Amino acid sequence: LLSSAPAALRALPPPPVAVGVLHATRQLHTTQQSLAPLPPLPEKGGEVRHGLIPEEFFQFLYPKTGVTGPYMLGTGLILYFLSKEIYVVNHETVAGACILAVIIYAVKRFGGDVAAFADKLNEEKMAKALAVKNEAMQSLQDAIEAEKKEQWRVEGRSYLFDAKRNNVAMLLETNYRERLMMVYNEVKKRLDYQVAMQNLKRQKEQEHMIDWVEKSVVQSITPQQQKESIAKCILDLKALSKGAHATV
Amino acid sequence: GPLAQRPLLEVRLGELHTWISTRDFSPQGLLGAAQKAWNSYCAKYINVRRGGPAGINMLLAGYCLLSYTWNYQHLRRHRWRKYH
Repeated sequence: LLSSAPAALRALPPPPVAVGVLHATRQLHTTQQSLAPLPPLPEKGGEVRHGLIPEEFFQFLYPKTGVTGPYMLGTGLILYFLSKEIYVVNHETVAGACILAVIIYAVKRFGGDVAAFADKLNEEKMAKALAVKNEAMQSLQDAIEAEKKEQWRVEGRSYLFDAKRNNVAMLLETNYRERLMMVYNEVKKRLDYQVAMQNLKRQKEQEHMIDWVEKSVVQSITPQQQKESIAKCILDLKALSKGAHATV
Repeated sequence: GPLAQRPLLEVRLGELHTWISTRDFSPQGLLGAAQKAWNSYCAKYINVRRGGPAGINMLLAGYCLLSYTWNYQHLRRHRWRKYH
């Protein structure tokens, strides 16, 4: 079944899409710009005088009218509006003046504290982001170090293989010696058996011969000879006893 | 740079007429111009590290002026004097 698979695959028709062509209908990376890293925010905003009028206006009028030009312009405009009653003085003027006074007092008094608080919040956010970035960089560095260490360890693989080869050789040697010992033991057992067999045979033959000789000798002693030998023994004993009496 | 691409503040008074003629007055063009103006204002006065009250102050002052001009016809009736 497995060997027929390539042939079966080749028999299929080719796929309808050309493999290897990137299917994109739009251009990728048209500009050189990338979104990161962003340029940092500017430190201070545009200069504004009296909280309302940008500095560029004063600079624009400086060459022609000097330093007091914009102030004269402002005063003239205010007087014109008031005298022609283009700006009408009514209850809203008083309300506006009170609100303006309160706002100016609040900004002058609490502006610094609010700014410091906002700066502190910003600093915390930045510190968190920086900590995350540093941690990521540190972990990547550690990964690089670990990788380098592993690569260094790979160089020692020859020692590892030598040790393994030694182990295997020792196992083979041990096995060989065990079997040698077994062979020796078995052969010794068989030879001992043969030796024991021979000893036993000789011993049995000896005993049998001795028994047979004794039996034949006993049988050859007739009753006549037995009586003569007993009488002789008695005579000898008497002689001996006489000799013993004599010495005592 | 060339006249058509300069921002309004860098155009001299004499060239103002020709500059206006090069501007794009379609809805997309006007919308784009408004968006660019707003973005440049934000970038200059609001999206900074140590901004002050100036950024919002100018917006509030502009709002006051605009609402005064829209209500001018009504406010004219509360004048103190008839002849100026």
